[in-house]
Amino acid sequence: MMLGRTACGLYWMFRQLERSENTARLVEAGFRMALTRSVSASSEWDSVMTTAGCRDAYLDSHARFETDTAIDFLMRSKDNPASVLTLFANARQNARQVRTALTREVWEAVNEGWMTLRDALARPVRIAELPGLISTVRQQSALVRGMLYGTMLQDDIFNYARLGTFIERADNTARILDVKYYVLLPATSYVGSSLDNVQWETVLRSASADRSYHWLHGGDSKPSEIADFLILDRRMPRSLYYCCCEVVDNLAALARLYDVRKPSHDMAEEAQARLNRTTIDEIFEAGLHEFIADFLVRNNALGSQIETDYRFYE
Amino acid sequence: MCMRQAKLLGACVAFNEMKDDTGAVREPYEGYAQWFDGYASADLRRKAREAETFFRRTGITFNVYGASEADERLIPFDLVPRIISAREWARLERGIEQRVRAINAFLHDLYHKQEIIRAGRIPLSLIENNDAFLPQMIGVEPPGGVYTHVVGTDLVRTGENEFFVLEDNARTPSGVSYMIENRETMLRMFPELFSRIPVHPVGDYPTNLRRALTRSAPAACHGRPTVAVLTPGVHNSAYFEHAFLADQMGAELVEGHDLRVVDGRVAMRTTQGFTPIDVIYRRVDDDFLDPLNFRPDSMLGVPGIMDIYRAGGITIANAPGTGVADDKAVYSYMPEIVEFYTGKPPILQNVPTWRCSEPDGLAYVLDHLGELVVKEVHGSGGYGMLVGPAASKAEIAAFRKKLTARPANYIAQPTLALSTVPVLARSGLAPRHVDLRPFVLVSPDRIDITPGGLTRVAMKKGSLVVNSSQGGGTKDTWILEDR
Repeated sequence: MMLGRTACGLYWMFRQLERSENTARLVEAGFRMALTRSVSASSEWDSVMTTAGCRDAYLDSHARFETDTAIDFLMRSKDNPASVLTLFANARQNARQVRTALTREVWEAVNEGWMTLRDALARPVRIAELPGLISTVRQQSALVRGMLYGTMLQDDIFNYARLGTFIERADNTARILDVKYYVLLPATSYVGSSLDNVQWETVLRSASADRSYHWLHGGDSKPSEIADFLILDRRMPRSLYYCCCEVVDNLAALARLYDVRKPSHDMAEEAQARLNRTTIDEIFEAGLHEFIADFLVRNNALGSQIETDYRFYE
Repeated sequence: MCMRQAKLLGACVAFNEMKDDTGAVREPYEGYAQWFDGYASADLRRKAREAETFFRRTGITFNVYGASEADERLIPFDLVPRIISAREWARLERGIEQRVRAINAFLHDLYHKQEIIRAGRIPLSLIENNDAFLPQMIGVEPPGGVYTHVVGTDLVRTGENEFFVLEDNARTPSGVSYMIENRETMLRMFPELFSRIPVHPVGDYPTNLRRALTRSAPAACHGRPTVAVLTPGVHNSAYFEHAFLADQMGAELVEGHDLRVVDGRVAMRTTQGFTPIDVIYRRVDDDFLDPLNFRPDSMLGVPGIMDIYRAGGITIANAPGTGVADDKAVYSYMPEIVEFYTGKPPILQNVPTWRCSEPDGLAYVLDHLGELVVKEVHGSGGYGMLVGPAASKAEIAAFRKKLTARPANYIAQPTLALSTVPVLARSGLAPRHVDLRPFVLVSPDRIDITPGGLTRVAMKKGSLVVNSSQGGGTKDTWILEDR
């Protein structure tokens, strides 16, 4: 038996953690792009802000996209509800709310993670420190995940935590694709240029998929294969298909535990089936951008349906 | 009275619990002092820093109202334990039990026949003008006959055998999580101490609390009672404790908006629908408990819970209306109350108290403001009080105005020379004033007093204010086993 509010807190705690880690990864990818000088730093930060969903918030207080201010805004700004620090602090606040549902290890990991980041991000970020900071964010987030796996009962508490993680991750991967879809289109005039290669690299890096992609494809990058990898690959833990399968599995576990199916189960299975029967060629034919936009809308609706089905709110 | 009063005054030398006037270590501290002498103080200070890191990491913090940025603070924890002998404890235990029994009998009487008033032992005005007296509780029989499931009796010591009850805390006493976590910390850092010195464990408090709550389950409960802890939420100063107790008892931690009345029961919204609750350990005040029956603007309570309570559908712990037994005006009558219900003189004494509601009392207090402690009748947490000897002339003048405007709102007590226990200061051990809050659990058939408690310590030299909201710290409290 679990309170709806507790399920809600767990779900959002893990959404926020996932997003905080992904934002840090976006900053890393953006920073690399800005360093290569092959594209203008300003347009790169523009697209990073768009991907992170905080372009408007940034422009409210800044006139131009510059590396220093963009990094500061994304990593630690209190005015940015999507900054790494704000998200981690929110995740910790949710963890406090649901403390009775967490093991001491998970709670301490998120609490220590927050204290570490709060101290590390107390002052404006110096460029030289950025790589170290990013890896700190990843480590702290990995600690929480590790403690979740290592110490928590695999019951409904675990399922809500995982649902939050994968709904958010699917959203984040889809956003990366949505902002960068044009570099993956076969028709762009840049094909084969070095600029293209750098852009593809950024897309992969943003999803922490560069190593695994090259491992599978032996350093031979093709836009359709990159898109296929991030959308339809069954082994890649950040692909849309993989996230979809995790959501379906965790909902199925809830259905078994509570002995009742909910509308969200149908929605999740439909989404899984849709990805199952399509190919990357069909996606390109119908329009990559349209496909991603549609996916984002459905993923969002699925998230809301889960919140309703399990009585997260009054 | 004169002798005792003289001893209570701050001008006197405070009783040092560790060492006597000749500097010799008192018996309860012998084992500890021996161990301490073999320990380098640099090592101890390192341990103190470790303890702080441990508290921060585990999130044992409290929230301070009105402080936004650093809104979670640590209560300073001092590594030197406060030690009480088996013999001293046995007497405290008897005294506390007597007092808590009397309080429950008193509450039952107040909400039923009011014999104590008819017998002329306390004035009717004490109840009539008391906001903590709830007419909604008149004639209500609480499940199992228990009003105060949890009591935190505040004691102060002024001499070898002189303990006084300072407050009865019969509403929602807090601090028990610190009693348990302080011990955990000590066990972690100095395991060898506990193998040398026989100390009563305190860790079974949550189990006993759960038992006290479930044994008072309502008539409507069939099977294993469902217990929930009701918290005002994550921003409350004691939120850590609410979560801690729910966790340790295996109970649900609920907020008002998780609850509603469904089919004549109080039920919580779970992921699978509404499930009835049998026993609610509430950490919200009476006023906020039920917007339909009390404060209509309360967002913290459950509309209609009082009606379910009166119909025997739920147990509320502590029962609504217990506050009338622990306000400071009623406190001054406690010796009469104990004697009336137990037939025996009180084992533990009250601190002498002047009621400013009475002309003689007020006149005395106004004449002696500079040497008294003046408190609000309904105040707590060390807010809104005057410590005469520590106050400036301007502060005393300002307080005099407040006091003459609403005399019935205040009581006054002599400034007690609270006993001292050493803390680990920069220069080594230094005596600081302490008080003691043991925790009492009341079931229908028994009273359990955890052998231990929360020792609060004023960290500043000479300070008598031990409240955590005013910078006070805590110590682990050891009750020695009788060997």
